[in-house]
Amino acid sequence: MTSPSSGEAVAKPAPSGLGWLPDQRVLLSIAVLAVLPWLLPSKALAVNVLIYGVVVMGYNLLFGYTGLLSFGQAAFFGAGAYFNGIAIGRYGVPWFVAVAIAVFLSTCLAAAIGVVSTRTRGIYFSMVTLALAQLVYYVALQAASFTGGENGLRGFTVDRINLFGLSVNFLDPVNKYYVLMGLAALAMWFQSRILNSPFGAVIEAIRENEQRARACGYNVECCKLIVFMLSGAISSLGGCMLALHLSIVPLDILHYQTSGMIVMMVLLGGARSFFGPFVGAATFLILEDVISLWTPHWQIFVGAIFVLFVLFLPKGIWGTLLDVLPIGKERR
Amino acid sequence: MSELLRAEGIGKRFGGFVALEDITVSFAAGQLTSIIGPNGAGKSTFFNILSGALTPSSGKLHFRGRELNGLPQHRFAHQGISRSYQITNIFPDLTVHENVRVAAQALTVSYDIWRNRTRLAQLKARADTALEAVGLLDKRGELAKFLSHGQQRALEIAIALVSEPELLLLDEPTAGMGPEETKDMVALLERLAEKRTVLLVEHKMKMVLGLSKRVVVLHHGGLLADGAPDEIRSNPEVRRVYLGQSEGYG
Repeated sequence: MTSPSSGEAVAKPAPSGLGWLPDQRVLLSIAVLAVLPWLLPSKALAVNVLIYGVVVMGYNLLFGYTGLLSFGQAAFFGAGAYFNGIAIGRYGVPWFVAVAIAVFLSTCLAAAIGVVSTRTRGIYFSMVTLALAQLVYYVALQAASFTGGENGLRGFTVDRINLFGLSVNFLDPVNKYYVLMGLAALAMWFQSRILNSPFGAVIEAIRENEQRARACGYNVECCKLIVFMLSGAISSLGGCMLALHLSIVPLDILHYQTSGMIVMMVLLGGARSFFGPFVGAATFLILEDVISLWTPHWQIFVGAIFVLFVLFLPKGIWGTLLDVLPIGKERR
Repeated sequence: MSELLRAEGIGKRFGGFVALEDITVSFAAGQLTSIIGPNGAGKSTFFNILSGALTPSSGKLHFRGRELNGLPQHRFAHQGISRSYQITNIFPDLTVHENVRVAAQALTVSYDIWRNRTRLAQLKARADTALEAVGLLDKRGELAKFLSHGQQRALEIAIALVSEPELLLLDEPTAGMGPEETKDMVALLERLAEKRTVLLVEHKMKMVLGLSKRVVVLHHGGLLADGAPDEIRSNPEVRRVYLGQSEGYG
């Protein structure tokens, strides 16, 4: 479960069978994602799992670990994609600089939305995030000269990736997948870093009992704002990945339906678990892929499956699996 | 003994309702003081003001000579005031050890995201010391929600204790406890009172009078009596107020 450290007051109970797993969660997750394109029916589906996995992982920090149900995560997903596309297409910035700029600007947007929304609680928080995210959607719709409005953002294509003296053909689906997986790995490392840190303990305490956390001496409002920004930053990296992948940014990704999809994915996979978001994204996208082959009304079936999950597997697929495995309770 | 906390003319109104009026009282360092009073006397309101959860409508609070008015609640813990709640208030889905460790962390490294929380050995050791003090060390790996009621109450005290507060505010620590659990808790309170300043709100008169060095009686939001347990026991006003109370007097 945890690495040995000096100054331990008591002997730790003997680590149970798979207790070392959480320590290696980033490497294990990368290992699973590395073979994903060969397991799924198409490379395009695998790329989508990767992208939505990162977006949902960022959202999980807010929803699963801090207990804040936001309906506006699409704003940061979309902002990442738009800023990235605009930086490349309009200003001719190299792609990796564009990613950095996009994540920075999206984090600023998260700060602005967070300052307003984290002052509210419960359903009001959900509604304020929904409303402000829709505001971002309408700004993108109206500012057509910048964003392409209804048609989405076009006119930026990254066909070669040059990094560390290597030049990779980015139009090749396999190359594309592994380049984007590098970004996903960065996001996973960062997420794991946050969860392992003292701050990661604070957000869980806030989720468990806000009043008690405040009485312990935590500035709850400030912590919520920070986690809102961190969550937005990670989701916006997923947006950057989408922009690089598609070479267009559809306006739809800013819509609240995308936010709803993110919430569904995290619940399917398992909120509060590290790898759950990727499992959720994969489940959702595979269901969509398979069911939409024989009916355009695939959402009815996905919706029904989602309801069954909420009723019978509230911890999601991955969360339920972790309960069965002999892994420590402290860190997942 | 030096004065630790002074409340000066504290009043609290909720709309037109006056919950507290003009309470002036001071608490010396190093002794256990109890605040008692019938239901609705304003004990909990007074307690919430002392711990920063409520802002007084009037009056001033001084702690170690420093005025506390206007400080947000979370700063009270940083000043050295820590509290437990009347209704059990813990982090249910965290382990017993993590409950206390996260409380120990509050005054030191809240916003750090670059270090590993499991490697902060000093905080872990402090959490274990606090758990040992309340007799929960053997439960450290369990989820807090699976503890018995009495153990959860003890855990709450460990959470309040781990920050090494100068003033420990305990709101009915024996609420909902059976006689056996109450006995354990009283023993724990006696141990705590040896080392630090404790302020206790309680309903159980017999227990309070046996435990406290000093008793403050509130009634209808005002200060009714203030003195040693023996003085309180023989105070006719207090007798009159408590007469017929189901909790029993003396």
